[in-house]
Amino acid sequence: MLKAILAVAALLGAFVVYIYNTLVRRRAAVENGWSQIDVQLKRRYDLIPNLVETVKGYATHERDIFERVAALRSASMSATGASEITSLQDDLSSALRSLIAVSEGYPELKANANFLALQEELASTENKIAFARQYYNDAVKEYNIAIDVFPNNLLSRRLGFEPRPMWTAGEAAERAPVSVSWS
Amino acid sequence: MASFDRLIAHNKRLSILLLIGLFLLLGAIGAAIGEYAGGSWSGGVLSAVTVATVYFLISWYAGGSMIMAVSGAREISREEAPQLWNVVDEMSIAAGIPMPKVYIIEESAMNAFATGRDPKHASVAITRGLLDRLNREELQGVMAHEMSHVRNYDIRFSMLMAVMVGSIVLICDVLRRSLFYGSARRGSGSRKSSQGQAIAGIIVLLLSILAPLFAAIIQLAVSRQREYLADASAVELTRNPAGLVSALSKLSEDMQELKGASRGTQHLFIVNPELRRRFGGDSLFSTHPSLFSRIERIEGLLVSGS
Repeated sequence: MLKAILAVAALLGAFVVYIYNTLVRRRAAVENGWSQIDVQLKRRYDLIPNLVETVKGYATHERDIFERVAALRSASMSATGASEITSLQDDLSSALRSLIAVSEGYPELKANANFLALQEELASTENKIAFARQYYNDAVKEYNIAIDVFPNNLLSRRLGFEPRPMWTAGEAAERAPVSVSWS
Repeated sequence: MASFDRLIAHNKRLSILLLIGLFLLLGAIGAAIGEYAGGSWSGGVLSAVTVATVYFLISWYAGGSMIMAVSGAREISREEAPQLWNVVDEMSIAAGIPMPKVYIIEESAMNAFATGRDPKHASVAITRGLLDRLNREELQGVMAHEMSHVRNYDIRFSMLMAVMVGSIVLICDVLRRSLFYGSARRGSGSRKSSQGQAIAGIIVLLLSILAPLFAAIIQLAVSRQREYLADASAVELTRNPAGLVSALSKLSEDMQELKGASRGTQHLFIVNPELRRRFGGDSLFSTHPSLFSRIERIEGLLVSGS
């Protein structure tokens, strides 16, 4: 009888450890995704002054857009709170897009090697932000499901696993998802 | 995400099975040689297992760079090809894996592949011909395909296959050629040399059977399903089927063979480097599905996604 109780207890213990480890792994993926977004946002902050300086050299009359980009950059750098950050980042993305659109009107600028390199860097950084966000949201989805399914939900809250919010983006900025079936 | 956890586990299991199979094969050969030549089968097994272990360790740690070297690939820095570098970086972020090393093969044929033992020790390579002819979106599709192979651990299994089984194919091919031409050149002579010729003839015959047999094993084991899956995962990463479709149709227009590829490494590439096989239909012995059916399947995703 004692042996049977011990066996059941050991089995339960192993089960708890297994669930705990799964949840820890999923949470680590979420945190990794978040820090990747952070890295890319910082890279964009560093890129903006260079880009603005280069464009300024040719497009002297576009003061409005330079000021808007600069204002949004400093506002989003000091922003706190998830919803504020996400909406400011979206505004910054669209401001940068109009900056690039404005530069299209200056042929000398489009021939400048430095500008072309910065344009590629900006395009890539915007892509990296979008992909980091996509990875983060996928990781959050997996994590939130993992803490809510039975029997994980019996333990998850007690072990301190709370659901995480997704990074919601402006509709225009997001590309349509594609459903992929695994057969 | 859970769906490719299964793929990863599957690929890790296959890699272990491959190793067990190879150890058993080499052990049996060692036992046979030991029994008939040395008198003790156990000594034969012991030395065969030692050789196999060393062979495995070399393949495990140096396999990636060996494959890059035989393919004529050269590692590049960020400055040399900023856009390629950025695209690889973007796709590794999307897949949630570290950035792999980037290589270029200076050839005008169009192709690309990935290799390595795990995502932390992975490399991707692209030929100059493909890099020059793709736009950013298409390059993204191709790199997403390679990154899916990396993330799913296809690279581990296909690397071990290429290095461990592929080198057997290579050795058989080289030996067969040298023995065949060697014995033909010597011509007729004494009775002793004709006896040697007979033995050489038997070995040539044996090697001629073994080489294609091992090549066939590679082709059968590296299922074409992997290529479809990598295409589907690539679309899942980029959320943009049009880029990969357009890249694949450009690849289908390429009429050049890649010189650095061989029967041992052809299964690594995004499209079969051998022309004859690239345009042959889907058969049991092809390593890749036809480009037409791949494009068709991706376009199927496109329809179901909207």
